[in-house]
Amino acid sequence: MSIAVAQVRRDFLVAFRARADAVHPVAFFALTVVLFGLSMGPDRQAMGELAPGMVWVLALLATMMGTDTLFRRDFEDGTLEQLLLHGRPLFVAVLAKLFAHWCVTGLVLTALSPLAGLMLQVPAEGLPALAGSLALGTPALTLIGAIAAALTVGLGRGGMLAAVIALPLFVPVLIFGAGASLAAASGASPAAEFLWLGALLAAALTLAPFAVGLALRVSQEY
Amino acid sequence: MGRFTTWFHRMGSPRWFFDLSRPWLVGFLAVGVTLLGVGTVWGLGFAPPDYQQGDSYRIIYIHVPSAHLAEALYVAMGVAGIVVLVWRMKLADMFIAVTAPVGMAVTGIALLTGAIWGRPTWGAWWVWDARTTSVLVLFFLYLGIVALRQAIPRADQAGRAAAVLAIVGTVNVPIIKYSVDWWLTLHQPASITFTAAPAMPPSMWVPLLINMVGFYALVAAFLVAGLRNEVLLREADAQWVRDWLERAS
Repeated sequence: MSIAVAQVRRDFLVAFRARADAVHPVAFFALTVVLFGLSMGPDRQAMGELAPGMVWVLALLATMMGTDTLFRRDFEDGTLEQLLLHGRPLFVAVLAKLFAHWCVTGLVLTALSPLAGLMLQVPAEGLPALAGSLALGTPALTLIGAIAAALTVGLGRGGMLAAVIALPLFVPVLIFGAGASLAAASGASPAAEFLWLGALLAAALTLAPFAVGLALRVSQEY
Repeated sequence: MGRFTTWFHRMGSPRWFFDLSRPWLVGFLAVGVTLLGVGTVWGLGFAPPDYQQGDSYRIIYIHVPSAHLAEALYVAMGVAGIVVLVWRMKLADMFIAVTAPVGMAVTGIALLTGAIWGRPTWGAWWVWDARTTSVLVLFFLYLGIVALRQAIPRADQAGRAAAVLAIVGTVNVPIIKYSVDWWLTLHQPASITFTAAPAMPPSMWVPLLINMVGFYALVAAFLVAGLRNEVLLREADAQWVRDWLERAS
């Protein structure tokens, strides 16, 4: 377990010292919320009906942007090589790394989402489900996005390619996440969607770190 | 070594494949063209019209085989991906390289024919139904593999990266398969299953079956031809390729 604790502590320290990496996705999210609010016209009712799904898409894109910096710094300064060589379970190290990353991106987005929902006229009864679905959904998105980030880390400009690879894989999470938010905002019970989100997160937690580890090993050969 | 392991190791040798595969190419091509000709003429010209949909249902003779292949080819790539990562077999890597664009094309055909059929039947070119959406996602999954391969300059590394992605993407294929049952929206459940008698009369489903086999054979011919090209490209420096080129020219 010590490898997990050490990895999380180290990544928190790096995130704190290189704050821009964590701030950029959140700023991107806030800005796209503003752009969306401005582009929708003055009809508050129509905006409130569309907004839960839209906040979900914006949070998804911000998470996607965030995964771009997940391995890049470590790849460039050689830390990634040590991660692959240290001989302890790579699965645990990768999971710890993604947990630390999620705490500074996905968790912040989740915490900000009720505010974004409020600004975009989401009815009050929809806000807990919006935040709750993002709390379950953003870790799954981080796990899946990390696979694309790991596959493209060695390529000079991997960002757009990583998006092309990861976005199709995000679809099931988006369907149930946005579904939960929309259901709650319209007064229906989002329980079924929450169960599906939980199932997707459980599957991503157990499978994605393997794929990330494999992808990192492939990328380290460049 | 047992006979199977010998065969397995031989299979991995590009040269062995190249020497053997020419008759396969001719065979698949002949079977594919013949069956597609028979099935398409029968299906479009002689099968009875549907009592509800009239003649518009006839697009299934193209749509169903291509949609079927779109899923099957992706699963085949996933299996090849495991072979690449576990046994580092060159031929499996080449298989992914050749299959991704072909798979993208058949997925495109499935989407296009589905849209053309949807216009008279559902009243819209495109509907955000679970299954149509999943096939669109499948198209983008193929695109991702093609894009990733093109972005990585070293062939063996591109192959292993694409293998990882193919395995990850294969997780999506069951979601496609079962999405109809999960969300049960507009798209009807599969009409032909292995476990129950089809709801269509034989005069409708026999040409469909013929076209299905024809599509598979034709795509197999494309894949063998593509693999042969890929072998020549990758082994261009080998002596046997130079000898072969000399004899061929």
